[in-house]
Amino acid sequence: MSDEQLVGIVLVSHSAEVAASVAQLAKGLAGGGAVVPVAPAGGTEGGGLGTNSELIAAAAASVDRGAGVAVLTDLGSAVLTVKALLAEGDELPERTRLVDAPFVEGAVAAVVTASTGADLAAVEAAATEAYTYRKV
Amino acid sequence: MLDADFFRRWMTATAASVDREAERLTALDSPIGDADHGSNLQRGFTAVVAALEKEAPDTPGGVLTLAGRQLISTVGGASGPLYGTLLRRTGKALGDAGEVSAEQLAEAFRAGVDAVMTLGGAAPGDKTMIDALVPAADALGDSFATARTAAEEGAVATTPLQARKGRASYVGERSIGHQDPGATSSALLIAGLAEAAGE
Repeated sequence: MSDEQLVGIVLVSHSAEVAASVAQLAKGLAGGGAVVPVAPAGGTEGGGLGTNSELIAAAAASVDRGAGVAVLTDLGSAVLTVKALLAEGDELPERTRLVDAPFVEGAVAAVVTASTGADLAAVEAAATEAYTYRKV
Repeated sequence: MLDADFFRRWMTATAASVDREAERLTALDSPIGDADHGSNLQRGFTAVVAALEKEAPDTPGGVLTLAGRQLISTVGGASGPLYGTLLRRTGKALGDAGEVSAEQLAEAFRAGVDAVMTLGGAAPGDKTMIDALVPAADALGDSFATARTAAEEGAVATTPLQARKGRASYVGERSIGHQDPGATSSALLIAGLAEAAGE
């Protein structure tokens, strides 16, 4: 399968380590499918806790293969920053979507689904569905 | 009529008061937030002033749109996209006119506040910046000085409220008795507007 058709995934966290680790975890659990473009965008420019819109825009551009980009976030300013960027209209690639999903479980579901060559809507649905997985 | 220079003075005056009040904003953010509101906004408005000097936009809308974009990219906390959206949406509503009337500003500011409510999902009474911005928007039709008083009163009135949005909502009832840092900085923004107008 051609890499050109895969949906890109951006993982936005307040923490650079959390974003990078969840990206690594999701890619690891995706196993043998096609290699999904996944980019973490965590923390502030100075390496502190927070959200940096430029990191998010760069991450989204780096995973855009033309099939759309699914953005997953942790909370607070991460959610608000992505929404504000989407409202701006020109800072994120076309067909970038903020996906409403739990961060870790949603990231795994999104990457696994994207690795099958699924389209953006299917990746989004799989990530959102991760909310319904009860642990107890 | 209000020109680009007026809007630049608004941003500069706000940056100066955020600078002066940064420690107080962070102190307010300590018991109910993550103790970064003052330093975050200080960084944001410093970047706004620098960008305005460098790019020197020549319309009111241009000044606010550039300021909003700077806040979104430099603040790092939730106040970045919230204030950024407020200024950017207000700026977009002003279009590319070289001068705008106080009435046009009041109308555009209302659109900005509405966009903040849509983005953050907060309503009046949730103990957020909205509790200062909505009274200010209501009073802007009268005068800038009236709007400043309304915003300051709105900020003070957040003290007995329980936070229902954002980081402060996690502390539940313990948020009661603390003035909201976001409403407090919103009052600084409106005070900067009154200062720019010489009121």
